[in-house]
Amino acid sequence: MTRLQTRSNAAPPLSRRSFLVASGAAGIAFGFSRVIAAIDPAVPGSVPAPATGPLFEPSIWFGIDAAGIVTVNIIRAEMGQHVGTALARILADELEADWDKVRIVHVDSDPKWGLMVTGGSWSVWQTFPVFSQAGAAGRIALIEAGARLMGVNPAICTAKGGAVHAGARAMSYGDIAKSGTVARQFTADELKALPTKPVKDRRLIGHETHSLDIDAKTNGTAIYGIDATLPGMVYARPKLPPTRNGSKVVSVDDAAAKKVKGYLRYLVLDDPSDTVPGWVMVIASSYYAAVKATDLLEVVWTAGPGADMTEQTLQDHARALVAKADGGIQLDIADDDSTPDFRAAAATTIEQIYTTATVLHFQLEPLNALAFEKDGVFEIHTGNQWQSLILPTLAKALGVPETNIVLRSYLLGGGFGRRLNGDYTIPAALATKALGRPVKMILTREDDVRFDSVRSPSVQRLRMRFDGSGQIQAMEHHACAGWPTQVIAGPTLLAKTKKGGQYDPFAISGADHWYDVGHQRVRAVANDLANATFRPGWLRSVGPGWTNWALESFIDEAAHHTKTDPVAFRLKLLTGKGRNAGSAPNAVGGALRQAEVVRRVAEKAGWGSKRPADTGLGIATSFGQERDMPTWVACAAQVHVDRATGIVRVQKLTLVVDAGTIVDPDGALAQVQGGALWGLSMALHEGTEFAAGQVKDTNLNTYTPLRIADVPDIDISFVESANVPVGLGEPATTVVAPAIGNAIYAATGVRLRHIPITPAAVLSALTTK
Amino acid sequence: MTSFTINGRAVTTDVEDDTPLLWVIRDAIGLTGTKFGCGIGMCGACTVHVGGRATRSCITPLAAIEGAAVTTIEGLDPASNHPLQQAWRELQVPQCGYCQSGQIMQAAAMLRDFPTPSDEEIDAVMTGSLCRCMTYVRIRAAIKQAAAKMGPKA
Repeated sequence: MTRLQTRSNAAPPLSRRSFLVASGAAGIAFGFSRVIAAIDPAVPGSVPAPATGPLFEPSIWFGIDAAGIVTVNIIRAEMGQHVGTALARILADELEADWDKVRIVHVDSDPKWGLMVTGGSWSVWQTFPVFSQAGAAGRIALIEAGARLMGVNPAICTAKGGAVHAGARAMSYGDIAKSGTVARQFTADELKALPTKPVKDRRLIGHETHSLDIDAKTNGTAIYGIDATLPGMVYARPKLPPTRNGSKVVSVDDAAAKKVKGYLRYLVLDDPSDTVPGWVMVIASSYYAAVKATDLLEVVWTAGPGADMTEQTLQDHARALVAKADGGIQLDIADDDSTPDFRAAAATTIEQIYTTATVLHFQLEPLNALAFEKDGVFEIHTGNQWQSLILPTLAKALGVPETNIVLRSYLLGGGFGRRLNGDYTIPAALATKALGRPVKMILTREDDVRFDSVRSPSVQRLRMRFDGSGQIQAMEHHACAGWPTQVIAGPTLLAKTKKGGQYDPFAISGADHWYDVGHQRVRAVANDLANATFRPGWLRSVGPGWTNWALESFIDEAAHHTKTDPVAFRLKLLTGKGRNAGSAPNAVGGALRQAEVVRRVAEKAGWGSKRPADTGLGIATSFGQERDMPTWVACAAQVHVDRATGIVRVQKLTLVVDAGTIVDPDGALAQVQGGALWGLSMALHEGTEFAAGQVKDTNLNTYTPLRIADVPDIDISFVESANVPVGLGEPATTVVAPAIGNAIYAATGVRLRHIPITPAAVLSALTTK
Repeated sequence: MTSFTINGRAVTTDVEDDTPLLWVIRDAIGLTGTKFGCGIGMCGACTVHVGGRATRSCITPLAAIEGAAVTTIEGLDPASNHPLQQAWRELQVPQCGYCQSGQIMQAAAMLRDFPTPSDEEIDAVMTGSLCRCMTYVRIRAAIKQAAAKMGPKA
């Protein structure tokens, strides 16, 4: 799969970046003032401490000051994954830095950083080689400089604990930086060839640590986008149009709004980028005044497409699309691209439809942005996951070059993919341009939800054909949903098949599984009605969040169809042969590693042992987000079904994860805990529907994500591994819903094929059984 | 004009008296540790103490706290070292952290009522506080650790 590259920012992949290792007296070759325009999440108020004395900047990725403080530049967004800590430890390990002297800063959107995106569970996987090499190169430069300064041969020097050692003598990195005389250049090829540490010599990677962003999050001093302020700013709240796309303002009446003390004016946005058509901004001297005045503002619009859209219409349309033989894009999966023959005699066939509801991000910090213009440069202060994607749109909206726009980073009060779509920066930027003063826009919760890039509802049709002896001969997986990448990121970021077909990889990934199923066909179909009605979003686990619900439910059904134990059935198909053998470096071992997590989770969860009445154990597995970055995960869910009420109680979740090398063990555990509970929440607790073109549930009075009282026992373990570190933010999310569905079947014999699974659906299924 | 104390400091404000306490704390007083989440009192991110009781500041009008003592996360402990804050750090509870001020304030009020809370008591009280990162396993563990450290109230 092609990695994301944005239209305007087609920088070479980070790992191929050549970098200069040099220092001057003040180390300002790259403009240190820009780095101060960054946040340090370990510091109350997030303002980084200034560097002491000359700064040694061996690459753009870190600097060492005269006090020996190593500051690592983090281009990823901090949204709860403690990403800066994990990434800095990769670099610091190779650098042989003293961890107590390591600081992190989350930087702004300077083009020098290359592609800035935080998503796809990619951060550690993508950064590991870059930061390993940056750290190793820094270590070599410091050893050479330290040797020179001590007047010894570098060959007898070693680096450890933030100092260069030569026998009994030592010189600290700070003292070397203070000398201001380090200069060393590495070509891209030299960097790539730098040896990295053997696993046994790692001092930080894989060892427990205290994440640098934790403490400020326990005393109110952590600073999020919503906390950004500027003297002279005004507050803004949008009056949202009836449809996400194509609405036009006909008239505005602010007679009632004018009675609100603090109300200043309204502003009909003129948006050349067409990101927020029909938006009217209400400007006030306080946020609460903006809230009240917006409620009182009367706006008449002509609505765009989808004003009468319902969930049923979206689902019916998707059902019709997956039922048709043509349309959509067939992925390059099978050795030949013919359609499997499901009509042949002497074979049995099973076919099922699986569906998922619309899901909200509901990141707890409502969308917001502070925007202002200073000396011809527009600054946007906000939390964001994909700066490189929204910058060209901001440039178009504001009518200025990208070089005149800076996105400043803040902590994110939850990302979960919502802030990959930076659409919320546009109205704040347009408002500050129109008003000529700083504008702080905050969406109310209801605004935030109505403006969400929701997870599209999906419909999937799966078929499997068996020969007379129960061997699988062929399998088809057709998935239809809104395509986030097509709608938000544009056609250039779609994946291409050999025949030139374009599809959204993030709306089908997961269906291209590692089971041996003979003749395999995977088809991705865009739900054009969904794409026109709303802007489908990437939501934690994205495509595999729905494809794996269908796949792993269906594999369970196939096991029962052939009267085979579901664990044995999976193990039989996970042979690691042919296209499922895996390859270096990311997928070493292939399907055999998936088989191993299945085996382990079955054993840990007590697969096969007898359980009380109406209690069942279900199993599901996944390779995470993408075939070329597989995170092998398996989950066993133990549930009890109350036949009187239809209430499903999850008693225990057992997960086994093979994510290769684990950089930050406690952070990894936190990601799997949170990811698994997101899976549980979407399986049983949350989901909404479109009605009259809008999602029906806009706040917690009717939208009901998982709460503490619903949390089951959770047992999580990792496979010890020295393989390439892969992603952990999402894979655990994808296995929980199918494990629960399969457990309900084990407990009661009824099969649920839609999430969220409601008590009403369970009761109905029990009655009609 | 409304007068009250916040973290022991007397304040008087001429902000409109129907303004939710949340915005007064954040924008007029400038203490941003208290967060805006849902605006209808159902997520708990805005939880502060009013007269020692856990209160949703997003649905509490300023007029209602005339003369009251308000405590925010910044004032829970002078050194940010309340046993709950210590436990939160030791167990690395926060992920994004946005809800955690409210979680800690809710838990601190709970420990006054239930110094050694059972799982059921934690469920009953803490279920009003949404954590979207789903750090619930650690929230529960940290409450128990802090309660054990504080010991039963005399």
